[in-house]
Amino acid sequence: MKQIFALLSGLIFGLGLIISGMANPAKVLNFLDLFGSWDPSLAFVMGGGILVTAPGYAWLTRARSRPFFDSKFRIPQKSDLEPKLILGAAIFGTGWGLGGFCPGPALTALPIAATGTLIFVPFMLIGMWAARHAPDKPFALKGATQ
Amino acid sequence: METAFTPWLSLGGGMMIGASAVLLMATNGRIAGISGLTSRIFARSTDGEARSVSALFVLGLLLAAPLWLLLSGEWPQQWVPSSPVLMAAAGLLVGFGAVFGSGCTSGHGVCGISRGSARSIVATIVFMSAAIATVLVTRHLI
Repeated sequence: MKQIFALLSGLIFGLGLIISGMANPAKVLNFLDLFGSWDPSLAFVMGGGILVTAPGYAWLTRARSRPFFDSKFRIPQKSDLEPKLILGAAIFGTGWGLGGFCPGPALTALPIAATGTLIFVPFMLIGMWAARHAPDKPFALKGATQ
Repeated sequence: METAFTPWLSLGGGMMIGASAVLLMATNGRIAGISGLTSRIFARSTDGEARSVSALFVLGLLLAAPLWLLLSGEWPQQWVPSSPVLMAAAGLLVGFGAVFGSGCTSGHGVCGISRGSARSIVATIVFMSAAIATVLVTRHLI
């Protein structure tokens, strides 16, 4: 059951990206172009998302002790503003501003098979793989004690 | 290239994204963060169940545009930068940065802000600023 709902969630997410215009890099780049052909639409995408998710999450965690088809809510517990968070966000934002794609829209647009998307997605997956396998402390020697 | 301002479609689409995030949390107890779900498919530490749930969510994403084509008779309108070097670099930066920084537009920007996470609010401000600065440089300064 949980698998069916995971698939359905992905499908709704993708349709939302298409309808909102976020799956179109031209629209994303214009949103980011405050000093040129600014298109404020994407502020409404994030606003609409938060408008539903914030009360939805609040209701879920209040009304239920666990999800309908799983054992627990997996809510990130970290609270420290580590350098890794800031550095990662800055790197991600730079790439987003270059290509106009973040991960969800790039995957959603993949079947449309534009040349730029077909190049972007494999390199995005390589980048993700590298970050998953990168050490938390890049300069610490393997096996070194603190 | 000019694009039309679409407040209602964008708000509606954004609310669908929110509905998807709530549905995934309600049924699977997971944050609808695309970089997290995607990278979990091939991460060493992932258990089999997390892997299958993540893969199915991504499969759903991949099916959205074909479903759109089936229902409307045409692919969604888009314009994608085509420079191979630019798109390869953009892909690497987006993939690495999003996972290294624990989230992207969805995980931090929608889900994280919705639960009031300070980390996500800071990350969103940082990636928004970096993206705006990048567009400023590429479109207006060089």
